[in-house]
Amino acid sequence: MAKITFITNDNKNHTVDIQNGLTVMEGAVQNDIPGIDADCGGGMACATCHVYVKDDWFDKLPAKEDGEEDMLDMAFEPKKNSRLSCQIIVSDDLDGLEVNIPSKQS
Amino acid sequence: MNKTDALIIGAGPTGLFTAHQLKLIGLNCEIVDNLDKIGGQCIELYPDKPIYDIPAVPECTGEELTNNLINQIKPFDIKIHLSERVDEVKKEGDNWIVKTNNDKEFSTPNVIIAGGVGSFEPRKFPVKECEKFENKSLFYSIRDKKIFEGKTISIFGGGDSALDWAVELSKNSKVNLVHRRDDFRGAQATVDKVNELAKEGKINLYTKYQMSSIEGDDQVKSIDIKNDNNEIKNLKTDYVLGFFGLIMQLGPIANWGLNIDKKTIEVDTEKFETNQKGIYAVGDICNYPGKLKLILSGFHEGALAARACFKLARPNEKYRFEFTTSSKTIKGRLGVKSD
Repeated sequence: MAKITFITNDNKNHTVDIQNGLTVMEGAVQNDIPGIDADCGGGMACATCHVYVKDDWFDKLPAKEDGEEDMLDMAFEPKKNSRLSCQIIVSDDLDGLEVNIPSKQS
Repeated sequence: MNKTDALIIGAGPTGLFTAHQLKLIGLNCEIVDNLDKIGGQCIELYPDKPIYDIPAVPECTGEELTNNLINQIKPFDIKIHLSERVDEVKKEGDNWIVKTNNDKEFSTPNVIIAGGVGSFEPRKFPVKECEKFENKSLFYSIRDKKIFEGKTISIFGGGDSALDWAVELSKNSKVNLVHRRDDFRGAQATVDKVNELAKEGKINLYTKYQMSSIEGDDQVKSIDIKNDNNEIKNLKTDYVLGFFGLIMQLGPIANWGLNIDKKTIEVDTEKFETNQKGIYAVGDICNYPGKLKLILSGFHEGALAARACFKLARPNEKYRFEFTTSSKTIKGRLGVKSD
């Protein structure tokens, strides 16, 4: 279990407990976090679960696969710290993770 | 005006199999899809990716699945209207009048929405001001490449579309190619070609840059591009092209008076009917307790929705359940010999 904070574009914090093994995207969808569309349902095929990972956390996450970087090309306003939340799997190590949600997903 | 027993919106796997089920029970149907090809998400998002959970098919790609479904409906000669987006659905008497963006019209008692997550639309630039230049000097697809001759074109993107057009247009135009990182995801041969043309000075390559602003009155005059270190370059340009792939948008479906929650349409699990009589939703776009977004669920939903259509299309007849293994009538429809 990890406490994960989603910061929406209007600067509101949403902190939720997400079970180990789920993806950050699934945790967001189950908890009705606004701004994570996840159109393709976790297939790394749509880039609508795009988040910005807080800098101090970015390097702690397992590296991106090629497919994720390719999809990020299509995301709305990708930045250096962009990730697809469907590719981040929750574990105890991620307790305290903070991610920002972009103003739009598409 | 096209008259049909049922109109299916969406030519993905669910829409195709629903058409099969309708024809099998003796109803006519036509299919409309916004894409220019058959297959929906399977063909647009993952044509080469293997799928492992289609019953009785241990492994197949999105493209193979699509081709198999096309083969399966071949005996029926179903009209599929591609590159048509349904914009309007209106009740007229007992029928629904369906209109597309190209003014095609259908009259039908049954509309089956098999629309996935909506229609595929090009992904656009995040810079808001781009809108006013859209389809005049800023494009997300190319209809007539002649307009670019002798002009300066700024192309954005890192996939095959961006690279192919950069190579092609560099023959008769000045081309800037802008991409957010050093790696391109297009075919290696095209990437090599782009690098070669960049060396020869025929393409100006700007990697790790993205558009930050756009200037002009009626026509684009220049754009600013910015990199991760906030360094800005100003590029004079006559045209801007963006190739960021497609995204699914619910689009006009939102305006048809249906119960919509989180981009999905609520249905019952007997007929897969929406809150509007004669409008059904099947596949990824429908929602009910326990819904699974799997292709196999779409097949089941389509089969039941097809039976529900029978009542409205043939109000004076009774639907009789038959197996394909034994029914002479069904074999006749399939064009196969009965024993």
